[in-house]
Amino acid sequence: MIHARAVEKRYGRRRALRPLDLRLERGGFLVVTGANGSGKTTLLRLVAGLAAPTGGELDVDAGRGALGYLGHEPLLYRDLTALENLDLYGRLYRVPERRERIGMMLERYGLWEVRAERVASYSRGMTQRLALCRALLHEPELLVLDEPFTALDAEGAELLDRQLAELAGTATVLLTTHEPARVEPLATSRLALA
Amino acid sequence: MNYFADVAALARKDLRLELRARDTLPAMLLFVLSTLVVFHFALPTGADEVAAQGLLWVALVFTALLGLARAWAPEREGGALEGLVLAPSDRSAIWLGKSAAVFVFLALIELVALPAFALFFSPLQAEAVLGVLLANIGICAVGTLLAAMAAASRTRELILPLLFLPLAIPLVVGGVGASVSTDPGRYLMFLGLYDAVFAILCWASFEYVVSE
Repeated sequence: MIHARAVEKRYGRRRALRPLDLRLERGGFLVVTGANGSGKTTLLRLVAGLAAPTGGELDVDAGRGALGYLGHEPLLYRDLTALENLDLYGRLYRVPERRERIGMMLERYGLWEVRAERVASYSRGMTQRLALCRALLHEPELLVLDEPFTALDAEGAELLDRQLAELAGTATVLLTTHEPARVEPLATSRLALA
Repeated sequence: MNYFADVAALARKDLRLELRARDTLPAMLLFVLSTLVVFHFALPTGADEVAAQGLLWVALVFTALLGLARAWAPEREGGALEGLVLAPSDRSAIWLGKSAAVFVFLALIELVALPAFALFFSPLQAEAVLGVLLANIGICAVGTLLAAMAAASRTRELILPLLFLPLAIPLVVGGVGASVSTDPGRYLMFLGLYDAVFAILCWASFEYVVSE
């Protein structure tokens, strides 16, 4: 599903990602680790199509509608409620039975009670939970998650563990983390960036 | 029809955000009214109507600029623009939805500003009002695209006026011409042509503005 040949990214003279070869088959679960500044986020942004490589080749066999992306930013409107945010994305992604799916996601991630509150009033952890709902709402074939456990409390992290376990084998997952042991049982391949 | 459903959803989101946060409209309204008051006292008694019409357009263009500077602020906070860019809908729908919302804001402001102008200076003819409406389309089409380009820059407050004002000159020429000329039809046609050409250009080029 993802095939990279000597893909690299530079911003001017600064190299954000060293030339990298990568192959991830459909249904694979790739865990990317590396120190700060090693290029983890850059790699994920390239795969998501949010940045263009400056060298090498990158093929991602998933259209925009088949991709779920969770970055460092929640990609949410702070002055909209959780329901309004998910409804907007649900419409744009043409999610079937949108309202039921949104309700199910909010229930699952413990946000149903605060569904009518503005995102601006959420804690960092609640915002991260809602960002996960947004990324998973349309049941993507390819899930690109940049440090998804960031800011989650123990309960939120367990919810995500269960979600990832369900997705493993069915969806293709590309995930960066500083806690590789947490997802080690699910990983089909690993990549350590230097 | 999915395209227009996306445009409607995106425009509705902007209207909802403005109704809730009230960040932009009150500021635009205060700006245009205070500008007209300043012009009222600045223009010498007995100054001709043509000068007043010109000042109306100065007020409208700078009020629009104020709104455009805030147009993409909700998308900047929280990275929501990337969320929209990743969605499978046509990216030009993002521009069209935003342009439609900006058009509504501008039209609401003018609902107050034009009567205020008539009160301070002189009543407006139908051709002048039509000129304002046509110019709004051009302002929203071009301004929304340029505001998206500027939003990606750290110096967005400087870049937007520098990009927008030169491209707004034909709109001011057309608008003032439609207001004071003995043959306003020519100027209205000119505004319509400007709108058509720039709307198509902006619609086609938005994809490149939001792609790296």
